[in-house]
Amino acid sequence: MLATQLLNPHKWVDNYADYLYAYAITRIRDEEQARDLVQEVFLAALERADKFEGKSSERTWLTAILKNKIIDVYRKKSSGLVTVDVKMDQQTDQNFFHEDGHWREEHWPREFGVDGHDLLHNKEFNQVLQKCLQKLPVLWLAVFTMKHMEDEATETICTELKVSSANFWVIIHRAKLNLRACLQKTWI
Amino acid sequence: MGPIKKIQYNCKQATFLIEKRLIEQLTLREKVELHIHLAGCSVCRVFDKQSQMINTMVRQLFNQANDTAIHLDDSFKKDLQHRIEEELNKN
Repeated sequence: MLATQLLNPHKWVDNYADYLYAYAITRIRDEEQARDLVQEVFLAALERADKFEGKSSERTWLTAILKNKIIDVYRKKSSGLVTVDVKMDQQTDQNFFHEDGHWREEHWPREFGVDGHDLLHNKEFNQVLQKCLQKLPVLWLAVFTMKHMEDEATETICTELKVSSANFWVIIHRAKLNLRACLQKTWI
Repeated sequence: MGPIKKIQYNCKQATFLIEKRLIEQLTLREKVELHIHLAGCSVCRVFDKQSQMINTMVRQLFNQANDTAIHLDDSFKKDLQHRIEEELNKN
């Protein structure tokens, strides 16, 4: 039996499976993979149960394991795509801006029509946002997600996803330009 | 063109600074540059506003982990608990 009295694996599925699944699905948008991850988290947690010191809650501890597994997924999905992405960068540049840095008129950001607060709670707009997120290149989405959703340190992201600091900033900029443009195109 | 004139007419650089500002503090020089650009560029002001809104929305989207509407199906959960019990009994 487990040495520690701090964990109660008999209750893990009841207490945390839905939460962990929701956490995974909002980040990777793949039901099967999300299910696999939940299972992997519990099995990995059992293996290292003796290392649990009770400093955090069971849920926090399990979530941390899941978070690392999600980063692995990002890394696997994005590896080998770096060269492709650089090409897309150049293209994107030309698409949005003239050589002197001015917006191309057809890409001028325009008002979405409803004020921000309404859109935040607008279900359709949220669905459009999800679709647009999925259209981003995998590496961009991974960088964007780790920064803006997980609040990871920039250095961590660069190390984990093997991108240079210069590339990190290019990706952050391009990801938002594309995401916003997709919203405008789809929504207006 | 001097540096100030340059940023005044460079929306690419301004949008970059808008993104950078969402992540870390701009240098004093960058702050001034962006401020001057935004004062004269209504298109980038729209970008700025929307960019911030997008971040709020995406964050909100990812906090749906607390949304109780997302469920695993019961049979999967049963199998999973079974699997865990098996592992526990091995030890």
